[in-house]
Amino acid sequence: MGNFMGQDVSVLIGGRAGEGINNAGMVVAHLMNHLGYHACMYYDYPSLIRGGHNFALVRIADRPIGIHRERADFVLALNQETIERHARKFHDGTAIIVNSDTVRGGGQGISITGILKAEGAPAIMGNSAMIGAFAKAAGIPFDTVTTVFSRHLPKGTEKNLAVARRGYEQVETVHRLAPAGTGGRPRALVSGNEAIGLGLVAGGLAAYISYPMTPSSSLLHFLAENASRFGITVIHPENEIAVMLMALGFSYAGRHAAVGTSGGGFCLMTEGLSLAGMAEIPVVILVSQRTGPSTGLPTYTAQSDLRFILHAGQGEFPRFVVAPGDPEQAFSWSCRAMDIAWKFQVPAFILADKTLSEGFSGMDPGVKPPEKMDVPFLRDEKNPYERYRVTDSGISPLAFPGTQGAVVKANGYAHDAAGITTEDADTVRAMTEKRLRKGKSLADAVAKLPAVNSPGHGGPDTAVICWGSVLGACSEVCSDLGIRLIQPVVLSPFPAEEIKRTLAGVQRLIVVEENATGQLGSLLREAGIPAARQILHWDGRPLTPDALAAQLQEAIR
Amino acid sequence: MTGTNFVTSAQNTWCPGCGNFSIQHTLKNVFADMEKSGTDPRNIVLVTGIGCHAKIADYMNVNSFYSIHGRAIPVATGIKLANPDLTVICCVGDGDTYAEGLDHLIFAAKRNIDITVLVHDNRVYGLTVGQYTPTSPLGFRGKSTPEGTHEHPMNPIELMLASGATYVARGYTRKMDQLRTLVSRGIGHRGFSFIDILQICATFFPVTDSYNARVYDLPSYDTADFSLACEKAREWDYNADSPLSLGVFYEKTAGRPEGKVDGAHLSEKEREQALYAFLASRQ
Repeated sequence: MGNFMGQDVSVLIGGRAGEGINNAGMVVAHLMNHLGYHACMYYDYPSLIRGGHNFALVRIADRPIGIHRERADFVLALNQETIERHARKFHDGTAIIVNSDTVRGGGQGISITGILKAEGAPAIMGNSAMIGAFAKAAGIPFDTVTTVFSRHLPKGTEKNLAVARRGYEQVETVHRLAPAGTGGRPRALVSGNEAIGLGLVAGGLAAYISYPMTPSSSLLHFLAENASRFGITVIHPENEIAVMLMALGFSYAGRHAAVGTSGGGFCLMTEGLSLAGMAEIPVVILVSQRTGPSTGLPTYTAQSDLRFILHAGQGEFPRFVVAPGDPEQAFSWSCRAMDIAWKFQVPAFILADKTLSEGFSGMDPGVKPPEKMDVPFLRDEKNPYERYRVTDSGISPLAFPGTQGAVVKANGYAHDAAGITTEDADTVRAMTEKRLRKGKSLADAVAKLPAVNSPGHGGPDTAVICWGSVLGACSEVCSDLGIRLIQPVVLSPFPAEEIKRTLAGVQRLIVVEENATGQLGSLLREAGIPAARQILHWDGRPLTPDALAAQLQEAIR
Repeated sequence: MTGTNFVTSAQNTWCPGCGNFSIQHTLKNVFADMEKSGTDPRNIVLVTGIGCHAKIADYMNVNSFYSIHGRAIPVATGIKLANPDLTVICCVGDGDTYAEGLDHLIFAAKRNIDITVLVHDNRVYGLTVGQYTPTSPLGFRGKSTPEGTHEHPMNPIELMLASGATYVARGYTRKMDQLRTLVSRGIGHRGFSFIDILQICATFFPVTDSYNARVYDLPSYDTADFSLACEKAREWDYNADSPLSLGVFYEKTAGRPEGKVDGAHLSEKEREQALYAFLASRQ
């Protein structure tokens, strides 16, 4: 037994689908969260309901981390496959705990069926025995287990604790995880989708409308479960076409709506998106990317829909696209996306991916929503209301049906100021220019926001640029290697000038993204920002710090 | 207050003799009736798809959402859910709602959402200059089917009954008094109201003589009797030259409870507290 080397520990929990691996991983994460560590969890599962191999990787460290590593310091194996599949993540010091009923050899064994039988507990509590054994192996006091179970396993707490106690007593401590000494209260462990949902609620969400599609569905489930708690309406209609159009109906009636989907569902939303562009109707759209094309890998990740989102929909119209890299960015930018959609009457995208949406990590439980933007749009009460009044800013005052003295005419055809269809060349030109001015107003407003994140470590010569959830790996590796990191959080309007300012003096720029063609790289080229090198990754799994470090070291050698 | 002018100054581009004029006139009268009986016109919303029918959005001086082909109904659903105080009426075409947007029509009926759908059923695509629609008769020779179609038309009345619509009626643009009653009653009905309105297309399907010879009013019967309604609906299959009944096929008053949107009940402060309570529960 010894104290653990370094404050960076990875725990692998593996078993068959349907064995509650995800929940077990969360409890393990909470245990270590309560010791004061930064924690994150990645959950890997195939697209099926029962059977197949599932695993969770929980990682903790004494500094902020965003993604798991390709190593396991503790392994909790509920099946043989866990040992066989992940052997390359093990090292000499890996502490292995197995369910001796189902797994042969290696490490310390506990008999889950024996424990359940002794306690008269149902099979569903089996993982609690494993969690208890882990706590002992990691030298975590049983008091902490009691605290975490009481808070996070509210059903059958006593029985679960009794089961955990037996697991705890059957193994020896291998590596002692001392409390992190970071002090303060534990952080709130949330998924990226939950953070997005909270940000939307903070931004004034009235209705969330969505058709199930991984990896966006957990936002639908989260908001549906908490609808009355947050005072929102959640609707699951017949398909994504209806999702988008219903959302536009909500917005037209004056209520803040958001929709969520993944690439395939978004394909169906594009005609409604273009309508939102033409009719100037606010809507927030979560697109959580998964591996494509087509059905692709439903439960795995990618960053390959950036170009699609930037260009989707016929015709030309301004749009806002933000790609948060972690739950805190997801929270604050989802809130801002709602604000921007309404202030500029544009579609506002939150572009996430499986890694962010379904991964869990710590967030400041006292996080403050960002300030609302100061963009006045005043209605001229003296004259008849015109939905598309031509203004210098390009933004026309909003009114909603039911307003005294206002006939509100939204229109997806080319229209005049009153919203009446027209094919008149001068009017068409004037309205197109109005929408362009609105896009310019949006770009000016974005320039005042922290649209480009540059954490500020590293020397002047070399910089890495990335977007979205790959921030987790980039942030850690750049910090370790002393490389400057730049993450454009906003991708439309593209903050090219701010990126250029941030890159002043950089001789060598390396783009890191999880796709096969280098989509951010191509945007940078268009903006006249050449990159020396691209590190691309496209196997459906998130880029880990280990893999990225090796490639970056190679790139800068 | 009464006397609102329900017609805009937009130039009307329907063909002379088009059935859409009758529907517009009917809506104008119905809106005036509503205003007289206390509905504030500012609470009326007209939602349209795309096609000749949809120009009515430009021509009626009420709130309108001129949406896209086949999609009026989900827009209307969103509007009604967002603000149940609004009276939401959809004008849709037969190609528009029976082809492109059929899923939404069926689901709106299933949901029994309190909106009224008027189908301008001229049984042909007019604005795209003459192709068959789901209600065109078998053998219809259109620009996309020069040898005649090989498909039987669908019977939208039967379809809506099967889908759960709680007000199902058929009108005809040449019987305007009846049409006005059918539309009024549909708007007054709490739940999903569906009215298939037969109209001729003066250019591509001018069948006034045939309709005039065949239409008759449904006899008086218990319109809450679903089986009877189905039987009446099957009398004409939208294909044969059989007698063609007009009126209310089915009406059932068990409306869906139309609650206010939940969000209206929470203050910003309460929402903030809920947000921090959730975060605390994850510590």
